[in-house]
Amino acid sequence: MDATVDGSERFGIQSEADIALVRRRVREVAQELGFDAFATAAITTAASELARNVWTHAHGGQSTIARVLDGRRRGVRLEFRDQGPGIADLPRVMAGGFSTARSLGLGLSGSKRLVDEFHIETSPGQGTLVQVTKWARY
Amino acid sequence: MSRGPIPILRVGDTLLITVHTDLHDTVAEAFQEDVLAAIEKTGASGLIIDISGLDMVDSYVARVLADTGRMARLMGTRSVLVGMRPEVAATLVRMGYPMEGVQTALGVDDGLALLNAPRPGR
Repeated sequence: MDATVDGSERFGIQSEADIALVRRRVREVAQELGFDAFATAAITTAASELARNVWTHAHGGQSTIARVLDGRRRGVRLEFRDQGPGIADLPRVMAGGFSTARSLGLGLSGSKRLVDEFHIETSPGQGTLVQVTKWARY
Repeated sequence: MSRGPIPILRVGDTLLITVHTDLHDTVAEAFQEDVLAAIEKTGASGLIIDISGLDMVDSYVARVLADTGRMARLMGTRSVLVGMRPEVAATLVRMGYPMEGVQTALGVDDGLALLNAPRPGR
């Protein structure tokens, strides 16, 4: 990824209320970047899903909201990081294979469909990092 | 967060509930219980949930809404979701969230028409 970061903010996710705070800030940044209603709804929903995963499955973590520049493209990049249990069988979880991990898989697979770039690093005992990027469309 | 009265309007045999942007997280359970209590109190046969005030519906909110409809159904009340914004509809489908068992209509009038329409064979 050759995009340069043009400002980033960090938010802790230490309570259920923090999910709404992250969501609100993502919405603001998206609107500042000129995202239309559809793109704003998409990235805000993805942020909500991913922040909720951090809270529900890891009981806490951090998120970062950054503006990114790639040539003439401007976008928003979100990162969600936790020291939770990690995900053992990622492909199966994202395909909705385990009922206990259903909301986790839904949040991950759903978010992936709403963004332009999706990157995840996770393994049992190593926590999880999810990074997504959505570019403004003109 | 205190459980304040949610705005509920009665239109004949139907309850009209407008969901504001703050329906999320810990308020969700209180919302559902308030709705069911209102159904019990009024004996309403129909429920319209107006979500035109929601600019975002994630899988959590979608589940709360779908569950509310299912709970009302157990009490014998049919429900219709109205006022879904275009960007919310687009996001739900793109995300792949299955809004199963949720009846929708465009606006309150359409929702009322749907609830009041005679149903064949029942």
